Amino acid sequence: MKTRVYVTLKGGVLDPQGKAIHHALGSLGFTGVNDVRAGKLIELDHEDGVSDADLEAMCKKLLANTVIENFRIERGN
Amino acid sequence: MKSAVIVFPGSNCDRDLAVAIRDVTGQAPAMLWHQETELPHDIGLIAVPGGFSYGDYLRSGAMAARSPIMRAIVAAAGRGVPVLGICNGFQILTEAGLLPGALMRNAGLSFVCRDVALTVENSQSTFTARYERGETIHIPVAHHDGNYSADEETLDRLEGEGRVAFRYAEPVNGSARHIAGILNDAGNVLGMMPHPERVIEAAHGNSDGRRLFEGLLETVA
Repeated sequence: MKTRVYVTLKGGVLDPQGKAIHHALGSLGFTGVNDVRAGKLIELDHEDGVSDADLEAMCKKLLANTVIENFRIERGN
Repeated sequence: MKSAVIVFPGSNCDRDLAVAIRDVTGQAPAMLWHQETELPHDIGLIAVPGGFSYGDYLRSGAMAARSPIMRAIVAAAGRGVPVLGICNGFQILTEAGLLPGALMRNAGLSFVCRDVALTVENSQSTFTARYERGETIHIPVAHHDGNYSADEETLDRLEGEGRVAFRYAEPVNGSARHIAGILNDAGNVLGMMPHPERVIEAAHGNSDGRRLFEGLLETVA
């Protein structure tokens, strides 16, 4: 089973990488982009028996730093 | 004073740190591989060096913070043993939950490698006893992820409790409130981005970092 974990910076946290990407898009001539936030996608290939609680614990203990990041788990079928 | 320098795959300031500790304390630290699970008995200082542990995979310090030796370090810190984290060591200590907040990518996105002016904000701690409060010192930084970040409440608490040890006296990396180094609530854990081990004798250009180790030796021994 494949589960996707999306890790994104929390709302109030400044994202210098997102800013740089935003700036680069502007230099390429793209207009109308109001903001860019960069995050991570982590794919887990796991046994069906791994529980939602386990996945959540993995995120809290390692995959995301909850001081600065949020995570969203998209469990595969 | 018995001490240990923790070595992770990708540490690169471990030997400089060991030289500084040996030079000041007269006793070479134990070099402890991250897979060890125990610290030497009656240890007086645990030093977590700079570098790029695990190639900064996932987040700077994230993998190192979950390595076997960290359990022993967290326990020792709880007993009051001084723990010093420099640069990547600071990142590791925040990832391990020994210090609040996080170190993010520098605001300018560039790796910053130069001498910077710091203001000593707290001269009461084990680590800063040999400095004067308000004094300006010069210590080099060399990092990509030194932009200290924490929520306003945490920052206010750090300031209110005198836990900001060092502040940048010039713009460096976008760090919240120009924070360069912080203490834990008990005052026995210090994390700092600048490298005091790189300025311990005149040949290094200045010796402002030396007093940090001298202070430790005095208060611990």
